Amino acid sequence: MRKLPALTAAAVLGLSLSACTSDPEPAAPGDATGPIAVKATDATCEVGRAETAAGTVTFTVSNGGAKVTEFYVYAAGDRVMGEVENIAPGLTRELKVELTAGTYETACKPGMIGKGIRNGFKVTGSAAPLTADAKLAEATANYQRYVRSQTAALLPKTEEFVAAVKAGDAEKAKALFPVARTYWERIEPVAEIFGDLDPKIDGRAEVIEEGMPFTGFHRLEQDLWEKKDISKSGPIADQLLVDVKEIVAKANAEQLSPLQLANGAKELLDEVASGKITGEEDRYSHTDLWDFAANVEGSKAAVQALRPTLEERAPELVTALDAAFAAVDTALGKHRAGDGWKLHNQLTQAELKELSDVINALAEPISKVAAVVAK
Amino acid sequence: MVSRRAALTATGIGLVGVAATAAVSAATADPEPAAAPAFDGAVPFFGEHQAGIVTPAQDRLHFAAFDVITKDRAKLVEMLREWTAAAARMTQGRDAGTLGAVGGQPEAPPDDTGEALGLPPSGLTLTIGFGRSLFRDAAGVDRFGIADRLPAALEALPHFPGDALRPEISDGDLCVQACANDPQVAVHAIRNLARIGFGVVSIRYSQLGFGRTSSTSRTQTTPRNLMGFKDGTRNMKLEDAELLREQLWARAEDGAAWMAGGSYLVTRRIRMTVETWDRTSLTEQEAIFGRDKGEGAPLGKAKEFDEPDFDAKGADGQPMIAKEAHIRLAHPDFNNGAHLLRRGYNFVDGTDGLGRLDAGLFFMAYQRDPRKQFVPVQRSLARADVLNEYIRHVSSGLWACPAGVTGDGDHWGRALFS
Repeated sequence: MRKLPALTAAAVLGLSLSACTSDPEPAAPGDATGPIAVKATDATCEVGRAETAAGTVTFTVSNGGAKVTEFYVYAAGDRVMGEVENIAPGLTRELKVELTAGTYETACKPGMIGKGIRNGFKVTGSAAPLTADAKLAEATANYQRYVRSQTAALLPKTEEFVAAVKAGDAEKAKALFPVARTYWERIEPVAEIFGDLDPKIDGRAEVIEEGMPFTGFHRLEQDLWEKKDISKSGPIADQLLVDVKEIVAKANAEQLSPLQLANGAKELLDEVASGKITGEEDRYSHTDLWDFAANVEGSKAAVQALRPTLEERAPELVTALDAAFAAVDTALGKHRAGDGWKLHNQLTQAELKELSDVINALAEPISKVAAVVAK
Repeated sequence: MVSRRAALTATGIGLVGVAATAAVSAATADPEPAAAPAFDGAVPFFGEHQAGIVTPAQDRLHFAAFDVITKDRAKLVEMLREWTAAAARMTQGRDAGTLGAVGGQPEAPPDDTGEALGLPPSGLTLTIGFGRSLFRDAAGVDRFGIADRLPAALEALPHFPGDALRPEISDGDLCVQACANDPQVAVHAIRNLARIGFGVVSIRYSQLGFGRTSSTSRTQTTPRNLMGFKDGTRNMKLEDAELLREQLWARAEDGAAWMAGGSYLVTRRIRMTVETWDRTSLTEQEAIFGRDKGEGAPLGKAKEFDEPDFDAKGADGQPMIAKEAHIRLAHPDFNNGAHLLRRGYNFVDGTDGLGRLDAGLFFMAYQRDPRKQFVPVQRSLARADVLNEYIRHVSSGLWACPAGVTGDGDHWGRALFS
C-alpha cells in the first residue's frame, strides 16, 4: 500500500452525495470553492484544481474513455472519503464530499480496477478537533456512505445482468456476472443482517432448504456455465432483481455500530478464507477471485473508516494492518487478467496457498480491531 | 509363547469385573467427578446390547466403513462369524487369531499383526453396524436376500442445508466402531478385521479420533471439542435408564424384529474451520453456543448442569440465549423431546494444503429412530445455527447396529441373516 505523509486524519468526516447528471456546471478557474471538473479517460485523470477550501467539495467527473470508470477521494491509508462508481463512457457524474483541512488523493479507475490514476489533493482551512466518540460516530457515517456508494452501483449492474439473461445474451451475462457481484461482495456482511434475503440472492445449491427453490446469482451462474441454457431463467432473473432492490433499500437504511464495522471487516476475510480460496463460491464460473478482491476491498473500507480511532488507540495495529493489506494486494495482483482476474481453476495449489496465507496473516490483526474499538 | 493374554493376566483380565462394576456403581454419586486415569482393563464383549454404546466413552476412536465386494451371502455370513470371534478375543486383550502374533508356524504369516503385543485391553469395544446399501443397492437390487428386513428407521437421511458431503467418504455397507483408551489398540483391531475380510469386504473409508467429545456416563467429566467448548453436557447417559429405554434401544414392535435391543448410529464428519473460529470474539463464541466457555453453564446460569432458561432476557431485552444459539436449537424442548446419545471424537487429519488444519468433529450419535431424533434436530441446526459459518458436514453415514452377541454360539448379523 502506498504511504501518504501523516496528516491530521482526526478531522476528516464524511457526508457525500453522488448524483447522475448530464449537464455539469463547468468549474470556474481560480474559484477555490466552486465545483471541480474531472476529465477521465482510459489513461488519464485530469483534476481541474489540486487545492480547495474546507467544506463540501463537488467533483463533476466526465468519462471520455472507452472503459467504465470510478472516481475516488482518499485520505491517508486509502481511506475512502467519497466515491462514484460505475461511470459509463460518455457519462458525467457528480460527487459531493465533505472534506476538512488536510492532504488527500484523488483517483480515477478506468476499468474499475487497481489503484487507479492518482493525484494529490489539498484542502485548506480550519478544522475543529473531534472527540473520540465523535470519531466513531464519523466512522459509521463514513462506512454508511460507502455502503450507499456500493448499493448505488449494485442495482444498475444487477439490472444490466438481469436484462442480458432475459435477452438470452449469455456472453454478455457472463461478463456482467462477476462485475455485479463485486458490489455485492464488498458489503456482504451488511447484506447478511437481513437473514432470508442473503440465501435468496447469494445462496449456493447446497445451502438451500428442502422445499425452497434455488434462486439468485448462483442459480443463474449454474444456468449460464453448467447447464448452458438460460432460456428458462427469466423468472429467476426477475426475482433476483426484486430481492436486490429490497436489500438495497434495507442496506441504505441500516445504521451500523462501530463494532459491526470491525466485525464486518473480519467476516469479509472469513468469507475469503472459507469460500473463495477453496473455489466453492463460484463453482460453475470460477470467478472467485473477483469476489475475493471485492471482499478484501470491503474489509479495507470498514477498517479505514475506523482508522482515526485506531491511529489514536493502537497505532502499531494500523501499521500492521497496512502491511498486511499491502501483502494481500501484492499476492492477489499477480493474478490479474485484463480488467479482471484469472479464474480460480487457473491457479496452482501453491498460488492458492499463498493467497490463503496472506489472508490469514491479515485476518489475525483485523480480528483485534473490534476490541480496540470497544475500549 | 508371548501373548497379550499372558502379559496381562495380572492387571488386565483380573480387573475386568472390578472396573466395570466400579464404573457403574460410582454413577450419580458425584455430579462432578475428577478425571480418573484411563481405564485399561477389558470391557465384556458378550451381552444384551453391543458394547461401545453406553460404555463410558473411551478416549480414542478408529471408525471404519466397508463395502461388501462379494455377491455370496454365505461368504459374508462366514466372515461375520470370523469377525465376531476375533472381536471377542481382541476386546479381551488377546490376539486376533487363535495362534497369535508370534505363536504360529514360523513359515506362515502370523494371524495377528502384532502391534498390540504387550498392550492391555485398554477398554477396547468393537461395535458393528449395517448400512442401507447392504439391503438394497442404489439400483434397488436385493443383494443378499435381506431386503425385506430393511428397517423403516434406516431411511436415507435427507439433504440438510449446507451439506457438502463427499460420496467417497460417506455411507457404506458395514461399519465397525473401535473405541479404546490407547489408539494403537483401536487401530490394531480395525486393521485385523480388515485383513480377515479381504475378498469379502473392502475398506471404504476410516476415521481416527483422538479425544472423546461426549460423556456417556455421569462418572465422566464433560470434555471439550476443538472449538474449546464443553460438548455433550446434555447427552443421554448410561444412568438415564428410562430415557435409554425410550430413546436409545430399538424394539421388535418398531418394525424390524432382528433389531430389537439394537440402536441406530448416525456418523457425520464435521470439518471445522478452526482458523476463522479462533478469530471470533469470546462474546460471539459464547453467544453462538449459548454457553459460557469456561464453566460451560447456559448463558444466564452459573453451573454447567443448570437447566437453561430459554425465556430469560438480558438488560437489552433480548433473550440471553439467542434464538439461533446452538443449545436452543438442539435442545429436546424444541425438538419434540428428542434426545441423542452422542459419542463423537475430535480429529485432525493433517492439513488441507491451504495452510489450515483439516480438523473437526467426527460426530456419532446413537438413537432408537433417526427419523424422530437426529433428522429433526439436524434440520433445525442446519437451517439456523450460526455455528454453520464455521463448520461443514463432509461425510455422512447411517447404520443399524444390532443387539449384542449373547455368547459363543451367537455372532454379528445372526438375527439378520437367519
